[in-house]
Amino acid sequence: MISAVPDVSGFVGTAARSQWRTVAARFVRHRAALVGLVLFALLLAFAFVGPLVWPKGLDAVYDARRPPSAEYPFGTDRIGRDMLAQTISGTRYSLQIALTVAVVATALGVVLGALAGYRRGWVDAVVGRTVDLVLCIPALVVTAVLARNTFTIAPGATTRSNWLAVALIIALLTAWLPIARTMRGVVLSLREKEFVEAAHALGGSTPHIVFRHILPNTVDVIIVSATVTVAQAVLLESALSFIGLGVRRPDASLGLIINENKNELATLPWLFWVPFVFIVLIGLSVNFIGDGLRDAFDPRQKRVRA
Amino acid sequence: MTELLSVHDLSVSFATDDGVVRAVRDVSFTVGPGEVLGVVGESGCGKSVTAAALMGLLPRTATVTGSIRFRGRELVGLPGRQLRTLRGAEIAMIFQDPMSALNPVHTVGAQLAEAYRAHHDVSRREARARAMEALDLVGIPQPRRRAGQFPHEFSGGMRQRVVIAMAVINDPSLLIADEPTTALDVTVQAQILETLHAVRERTGAAIMMITHDLGVVAGVAGRVQVMYGGTVVESGPVDEVFAAPRMPYTLGLLGSVPHPELVGRALTPVPGAPPSLLRLPRACTFTPRCPLAADVCRESEPELLDTDRPGHPARCHRWPIVAGIAGPQELFARREIGHPE
Amino acid sequence: MLRFVARRLLVAVPLLVAASFLSFALTTAMGDPLGEWKAQRPRTEQEIATQYARIGYDKPVVSRYLDWAGGFVRGDWKTTVTPGNGVVDVRTEIGRAFWVTFRLVVAAEIVALLLGMVIGVVGAVRQYSWFDYGSTGLAFLMFSIPLFCVAVILKFAGIRFNDWLESVGLGRWLITAGPPPGGFSGGLGQQIYQYTGAYVLPTLCLVAVQFALYSRYQRASMLDALNADYVRTARAKGIGEPRVVVRHALRNALVPILTVFSLNFGLLLGGAIITETVFGWRGMGTLIVDAIAKKEPWMVQGWMMVTACFVIAANLVADVVYSYLDPRIRLE
Repeated sequence: MISAVPDVSGFVGTAARSQWRTVAARFVRHRAALVGLVLFALLLAFAFVGPLVWPKGLDAVYDARRPPSAEYPFGTDRIGRDMLAQTISGTRYSLQIALTVAVVATALGVVLGALAGYRRGWVDAVVGRTVDLVLCIPALVVTAVLARNTFTIAPGATTRSNWLAVALIIALLTAWLPIARTMRGVVLSLREKEFVEAAHALGGSTPHIVFRHILPNTVDVIIVSATVTVAQAVLLESALSFIGLGVRRPDASLGLIINENKNELATLPWLFWVPFVFIVLIGLSVNFIGDGLRDAFDPRQKRVRA
Repeated sequence: MTELLSVHDLSVSFATDDGVVRAVRDVSFTVGPGEVLGVVGESGCGKSVTAAALMGLLPRTATVTGSIRFRGRELVGLPGRQLRTLRGAEIAMIFQDPMSALNPVHTVGAQLAEAYRAHHDVSRREARARAMEALDLVGIPQPRRRAGQFPHEFSGGMRQRVVIAMAVINDPSLLIADEPTTALDVTVQAQILETLHAVRERTGAAIMMITHDLGVVAGVAGRVQVMYGGTVVESGPVDEVFAAPRMPYTLGLLGSVPHPELVGRALTPVPGAPPSLLRLPRACTFTPRCPLAADVCRESEPELLDTDRPGHPARCHRWPIVAGIAGPQELFARREIGHPE
Repeated sequence: MLRFVARRLLVAVPLLVAASFLSFALTTAMGDPLGEWKAQRPRTEQEIATQYARIGYDKPVVSRYLDWAGGFVRGDWKTTVTPGNGVVDVRTEIGRAFWVTFRLVVAAEIVALLLGMVIGVVGAVRQYSWFDYGSTGLAFLMFSIPLFCVAVILKFAGIRFNDWLESVGLGRWLITAGPPPGGFSGGLGQQIYQYTGAYVLPTLCLVAVQFALYSRYQRASMLDALNADYVRTARAKGIGEPRVVVRHALRNALVPILTVFSLNFGLLLGGAIITETVFGWRGMGTLIVDAIAKKEPWMVQGWMMVTACFVIAANLVADVVYSYLDPRIRLE
């Protein structure tokens, strides 16, 4: 943005603003996004600082089937586990998995997508076709197939902690695909823009052009994609847990907890509603943040033409 | 009242997140029947918003005050339904970008016929016939075949002609052309101007030609009005205003246009940028960029008053000095343009 | 147009072959189908070898694939393999399950699309109104609730509703477990009563989650259209606002959303997994979950192939619809 000739009394100059400050200003103006951000921060605090604050543990040593009370703010379940401790732990697992998925999938998707979009040729063909193909099969099925391998159903078999495996499966099998596809499209269109041609003409090498010119212009897409991935990972992971092919105890995500208690809606309703509310809160906060970011990077304002 | 259009103290402001933007401030002008009025100015000077106000096409966030009288009838505050009977029929508009001005999923013939049937209760067949007449009027060959085609099958110039056809299909008495040639190649520009001329000959419509291209105005308009900072800063007969401007901005505009005759002579662009219309102080809006700016200019905004030439008012405290200046290079900074030898 | 379709069908063949590779890789990655059987109790070497031979797993991967592929194109999709569970023919079972799911899902998607479109259009035309904020908030909520929660809640609500119906003497109408395998019997009225009772809850469940997506897309594309230059031109022509909204804005906004719908259609089969599980429908969803849990390679493989076919077909339809709606694409 140009700055007007200054120094004349009273005239408002159009001062130059860095892009980040503009984005941040627009984000802050988006009330829902702010709420989402605060909510997410609270959830993070709840999940990670919670265990330090709440004394009760995860074992089934408490009075069973107690409704919420002062002693057990979220009640207890059928076998005597404290629901508050369970919820804290569940929120933590759900967040861990979702964030891991987002980080891994974004990294993989950005790299492969950018490569496919910039290089074109056979790299693009292979990556593009694979992405399209895998996206043909519902994510739930693809992940379930591999997640099945992470445990064995046999008498006497103890279940191992497998949350990381589940997260990686989700990330590597399905979550990176839409990101790669989006990145490919964005890089493809940026590639044709004049400033790339100019950089090329000035003697820029491929990695230089990609990193210094193209990627900075994709940051907004990357960030939005990452937030969408977090939201989707939460949903996918809970769906997997629901059909019994996701995480297993001792890793109890919110999805697993709800699944374990889905038949208690009539008799011990808090066992369903509490983890339900938390899972919805995670989804809502992430979705609001994502929407706010999308709006901040590319506002849909009605432009006034003078 | 012999004037076709009479605008008096028109002001348009918008409520935005950053505050109130006064896009058009106390604009007054008239257009006579069959006359061609040129409206020039930089981006952001308020010319397009003025046009939108005339058509009643402003968004809901706009506040309009003042008076717009068309054939004696007050348009400001007119209920939507009545405004709609005028819009597209008595007052029609031609837009800047023909690529996006036409709906891509409907045929050209259908869009033309629609414009006609919006104001005349006729059968589809009659409307189609009229559509083809309109295509013919703007010089599109094979109108029957063309009417069945989609906008993307036309070239840029042809598309603009379709837009013109759509505007004149109902025989308007006032045509507002908002930068009709800006998005087109130079050779095509000439064709479009010719088309407009032909249309004017046939229908006798008045044209309000909004553009930032002084050459277009010089060739087409009888009178010109220069806009800056949301208001009119000078107006009068074209030849007079361009030969002997009374406002420094006009002088600057004239000096910014490269011309083959001026090879070797300095190009004198006006330094700086237009002001933000957000918080305007009570001074002349051109002050930050005006070489003649004096204390009186900083204290109050001048009014649009008659100068030594009748019918040629200017909004400048120091217009007598401007009148005495020979050319733009006397006033603005020097910058050489290319020398062929 | 015909050439376009023919060309796409031709491209579909290698695509299906690639899909078969991919699915085979996935089913192999699923692990040893006899893993749990072997762990149940000590088995003799002889027993193990026989079982592996029976299910064809004594051969290496490539010949297993070729063997399966050869049979597949001839119509022999093999059977279930878990010892002691009975033998079920894959093709007949998938065929049966497909129709169960298809009927459920098609109805739900169309309802979701129409509902989403209406909400999206109204939200865009009345931007920033209470309706707009409300529907946006609702959409966000639906995006944040896992499908199975919606299903469980609906099932619970269904049972409660039935209780109420019973208390006022109307009998339990809603069926929270799927329709019986043979379908419903009885007179027309009786059948309508029973079918609607069985379809209402799962349909509601699918619609609840899907309409939000369509409403967001419709709202966004409608806003784009409403702000477009050609809409301004239409208004400048003096056309009434309803006609501008429908014939100009909506007509253009249809293109992206119908494309999304067609593409989404392909994923419908798998999308019903949760719904079917909760409401006890024996369709494609429960079939695949069961097959994965039991590590049935041929069932999973057949399922994936059917899904891939379905998606490719849906993509083709999407392209045809798109080219029909947008004349700019029609120039082939």
